[in-house]
Amino acid sequence: MLEIKGLKVKLEEEDKQILKGVDLKVEAGKVHAIMGPNGSGKSTLSYVLSGKDGYEVTDGEATLGGEDLLELEAEERAALGLFLAFQYPVEIPGVGNMTFLRTAVNAQRKARGEEELSAADFLKEIRAKAKTLKIDADMLKRPVNVGFSGGEKKRNEILQMAMLEPKMCILDETDSGLDVDAMKLVSEGVNALRDAGRGFLVITHYQRLLDHIKPDVVHIMADGRIIKTGGPELALEVEKNGYADILAEVA
Amino acid sequence: MAALAKKQEATAARLDGLTVPASGQWASEARAAALGRLREMGLPDRRDEYWKYTRPDTLTQADAPAAAVFDTGEPPLFDSFDRIKVVFVDGVFDAEQSDELAGEGLTIERLADVAEKDIHWAKELYGVLEAKGQTPVERPLAAFNTAFATDGVVIHVTGKVAKPVSLIYQHKAESSDAVLHHVIKLDAGAEVTVLENGPAAARFNKSMEVNVADNAAFHHVRAQGRDHERRAVTHLFGRLGTESVFKSFTLTVNGRLTRNEAVLELTGDDAVAHVAGACLGDGDFHHDDTVFVTHDAVNCESRQVFKKVLRNGATGVFQGKILVQPGAQKTDGYQISQSLLLDEDSQFLAKPELEIYADDVACSHGSTSGAIDEDALFYLRARGVPKDIATDLLVMSFVAEAVEEVESEELRDEIIGRLESWLERRRG
Repeated sequence: MLEIKGLKVKLEEEDKQILKGVDLKVEAGKVHAIMGPNGSGKSTLSYVLSGKDGYEVTDGEATLGGEDLLELEAEERAALGLFLAFQYPVEIPGVGNMTFLRTAVNAQRKARGEEELSAADFLKEIRAKAKTLKIDADMLKRPVNVGFSGGEKKRNEILQMAMLEPKMCILDETDSGLDVDAMKLVSEGVNALRDAGRGFLVITHYQRLLDHIKPDVVHIMADGRIIKTGGPELALEVEKNGYADILAEVA
Repeated sequence: MAALAKKQEATAARLDGLTVPASGQWASEARAAALGRLREMGLPDRRDEYWKYTRPDTLTQADAPAAAVFDTGEPPLFDSFDRIKVVFVDGVFDAEQSDELAGEGLTIERLADVAEKDIHWAKELYGVLEAKGQTPVERPLAAFNTAFATDGVVIHVTGKVAKPVSLIYQHKAESSDAVLHHVIKLDAGAEVTVLENGPAAARFNKSMEVNVADNAAFHHVRAQGRDHERRAVTHLFGRLGTESVFKSFTLTVNGRLTRNEAVLELTGDDAVAHVAGACLGDGDFHHDDTVFVTHDAVNCESRQVFKKVLRNGATGVFQGKILVQPGAQKTDGYQISQSLLLDEDSQFLAKPELEIYADDVACSHGSTSGAIDEDALFYLRARGVPKDIATDLLVMSFVAEAVEEVESEELRDEIIGRLESWLERRRG
């Protein structure tokens, strides 16, 4: 599904190498987790994959279903089936959540040559999906993320994911700013989308999210590289001993 | 005072070729007084501080610069609304296209008719708010308007009027030069909505004087047409009584030169005055909002909300002032002017001012200029929204605070719908 080979990335503005050769392969139906200390390059990886400006790929490649991601605009990557759940979802005053989502869904359909969803069909679908995430009609009508609590913002991200039905989902620190109940709700939303045809890359600092979204593979990232890969037990090890042991072991 | 003498001389020369419209007694007196004020002040020139950011020459010169008529190919704004239509073509009243000038809770007359009479209540207002509005800042083009206006509507609102009065300004002749003046008087507890739309003429000088008595409410929604080359100078004078409400919103898309002045005075306690505007300028576009709000009573609220989206060398100007007079305690004043610059060729010039002579007031003002928010743009694109559509969504987001000042949901939706369809068509 998602394949990253020797990916090296620096900041456009300054001569600072962030990713120093990342290799990663996420198969359809699998959940991969990336853990790592602050500044290891986890969020940068998610931004580079989804097409944010400000980064320069100096080497390596990234493909989704065999298509070169790095050549595409952000919206083309989305239409191809890539989804990034933001760590900090952006507030957009004056644009209704529903309008935003309908624009997004139909833009992707159009890009894929599919028929646009009618207003009625869209409404029916979003209502059903919002309900399972405990998102009420008021939240759908309000401007995108404006006045939403931390938990509401993250639930809104998952709702977008559910509506857009991507092939490959990247979750960037989706647990940050969530209390236990909110984390449970968000995780249930994610788990409901787990599917044989869909891959997940879950970026997190803490093991606790992985209690709810059980990963198949865990990677440890440090200083712009993946330094260790293992099963779910690797996350438990990090939780218990921190990163110091692993970093020392690799060094 | 050599500069003033020179200005007066130039003004006298300019006025030489003009004839004040023949009128009955009251209007003749009002026009003569305005003409006197105008000769005294002189027409504005580029050395005037108040015209520092906007060149007045094409507004003051003898001939209106030609402006091509633009066929938008779409139904006019407010077309689907149940309203009382009053149509002016190049500044000339068109009875055929207009509805009967009547409605429940109000009387409507034409200024051209009213001015012929020797006595009329319009005397209380015509040129009166304008004259008052000349201090502390001179507005010579408003005095010009009072002296030379050929027509307009004179409305007396006695009750709560459900149907909006819709002033429609069609532009059909390439070099038309129109001067219209409206007078609106709201009795205590009365309420009315006045709509204005259309480019009006190649050059348009329009005044509106509105007196809002105690507990009355005046709603004003205006769209200035889409002709690219038209020029306009407009003045909106408002006087607010106790617990009265005055809300005005203007949408401007296109137009080579626009100067919209609003001069509001809150004279009764607990009054509320909101004046807002959104403009979208592309290329040869100069748009100036000049606002002066005077608080002269206790516990009043005023808001100024102006948003300008500028691209391809368009220019936006904002001069906004809140003056709080001695004794106008508990004033709540708010002013925001913002521009969204879609490229580096466009510019926004802002002069926000507060002048406060009372000690128990809350006034805030802010002015910003910025580019599209890259984080928001990326967020939208990451959801699959193409860059041009995402940009337009952010444009709508940017102007939303101003559009939300329109109280009626129906009218707000009309404005938003139009903006969206224009942006969509522009994308092609």
